[in-house]
Amino acid sequence: MSEQKETIITVKNLVKKFGDFKANDNLSFEVFKGEIFGFLGANGAGKTTAIKILCGLWVPTSGDIKVAGFDIYTQTEQIKKNIGYMSQKFSLYEDITVFENIRLFGGIYGLSRQEIAQRAADLMHRLDIEHSRDKLISSLPLGWRQKLAFSVAILHNPKLVFLDEPTGGVDPVTRRKFWDQIYEAADKGITVFVTTHYMDEAEYCDRVSIMVDGRIADLDTPSALKEKYSVKNMNEVFLKIARIKPDQNN
Amino acid sequence: MRTILYLIQKELLQILRNKTMLPIIFIVPIIQLLVLVHAATLEMKKIDMYIVDKDLSSTSRGIVQKFESSPFYYVNHHSFSIQDAENELKKGNIDIILHIPFGFESELVKGNNPGLQLLIDAINGTAAGLIQSYTQAVLADYNREIMLKWASPGMKEKPLSIEITRSFWYNPELNYKTYMVPGILVLLVTLIGMILTSLNLVREKELGTAEQINVTPIRKYHFITGKLFPFWIIALFELAFGLFIGKLIFDIPIVGSLGLLFLFAAVYLFAILGVGLFISTLASTQQQVMFINFFFMLLFILMSGLFTPVETMPDFAQVINIANPMAYFMRVNRMILLKGSGFYDVLPEFISVSIYALIVLSLAVWRYRKTV
Repeated sequence: MSEQKETIITVKNLVKKFGDFKANDNLSFEVFKGEIFGFLGANGAGKTTAIKILCGLWVPTSGDIKVAGFDIYTQTEQIKKNIGYMSQKFSLYEDITVFENIRLFGGIYGLSRQEIAQRAADLMHRLDIEHSRDKLISSLPLGWRQKLAFSVAILHNPKLVFLDEPTGGVDPVTRRKFWDQIYEAADKGITVFVTTHYMDEAEYCDRVSIMVDGRIADLDTPSALKEKYSVKNMNEVFLKIARIKPDQNN
Repeated sequence: MRTILYLIQKELLQILRNKTMLPIIFIVPIIQLLVLVHAATLEMKKIDMYIVDKDLSSTSRGIVQKFESSPFYYVNHHSFSIQDAENELKKGNIDIILHIPFGFESELVKGNNPGLQLLIDAINGTAAGLIQSYTQAVLADYNREIMLKWASPGMKEKPLSIEITRSFWYNPELNYKTYMVPGILVLLVTLIGMILTSLNLVREKELGTAEQINVTPIRKYHFITGKLFPFWIIALFELAFGLFIGKLIFDIPIVGSLGLLFLFAAVYLFAILGVGLFISTLASTQQQVMFINFFFMLLFILMSGLFTPVETMPDFAQVINIANPMAYFMRVNRMILLKGSGFYDVLPEFISVSIYALIVLSLAVWRYRKTV
């Protein structure tokens, strides 16, 4: 959507090896400011490995990587100030309440007491969960928790948010609502980097890259990809790309 | 600094809301004190004795009676067969055989210094040593009695003997509970502090919340401090609670300054919690943490001087004990509570534990990885 092509993530020749196994085999791509960038692939294609490297959780084997203008090897702490992250493992503390989680993460990101109170109130109003303010996270349904986890991940207004399979295990209606939230964040200027293996979600992205066996098989806008492979939807795009590799069964 | 406060607040909320945690904090010390203090006694209450009296004289009956009337002995077996007696010893039914040979009294009257035989089950060497010295004391006592009885008609003066008087300082009644309770208290705070701290951090790794924390710009020492402080408070509270129970139930003496005791405990706990945190930075599952804890705990406890004095351990063991934080607190806790030692008396231990705490906490912060 964004017409100004300012890059926020630059990846050149990223390689991550675990022993002899190359989880990321020479990845190169750019993500532009303000876009929703879809990172697609079957389970085990290397999506999570890449996202953890970009967040500064894992160190790559080799490659030049810059996130939000900072170097991944030497400036991880500056990167961490500018990003939000929501993992496929549910990441809020389940044994404390909704508000206490918001307060904790707000505090960690250095928000003032007033800012925390203000943003917590806004957030709960927007998600319509004011009545659950003092309920333990463990008592909330999964869909609510995911929406809340996403809101907490962008509580400190980061430049960029990484979502690692954020909608795993919920129904299509809840997923659709989650994507409304992603659009809201993008409208506020937050760049969204999202991994998924649901191909319908790929349609919602500005650009998608499709990973097969640790490599990027293709990268473009959903409409361009559909045109290129002359099919009607992203699911068929994915099947065509994956079929190039005979051992790929998805 | 504010970050640390938010972290501590969160940890305390989690601990206080945990329904299994509070019983652990309150019930564990009571049970440990009540049970362990008694289990660890070295005092002999009931020694099972087998008597093989082949003499059946008034002297031998006198000896037997002496043992029968002692509260420490339980004389339930008599026979004339040393073989039967040995069989019972093998089965573990008795602790000691007293063998009085035929002709014992007549030899004694002739002044031939006849012998008695004691056969002691020495599987537990310490207990065997105790049984032997108790039994010898009883026999020596009896020996003196008959010597006086037989000698008195002819002699005007008592036979010469050296009178030894003893006074036991700091624990005049040799009450083992007085000795054990301070030791068990050390065990208690160490166990609670080290295990809770090390499990807590690794649990976050398992749940995935640690990853969420690692992706924030949080500083490592903030995070470690946030993990340390709540358990430091809990362990200090635990010590106070344990002291209260010890005073209430066992009426242990508190001779020295409680302020000094808690000052030392505060520094000691930094060391112990530091060890716990360091362990949790090495492991990735709670199972691994429990195994590593188990290894260290056994070493710490058995080498600490809780049951057996450190001074009697071989030299290499005493060298190992330099790296055993528990050995310091074990000594200091007893010194302060029982002897009333002051600050300068425990200064060497104080310095050692402070250095220890500094080293392990630095190691824990250094070893904690936000990026793998």
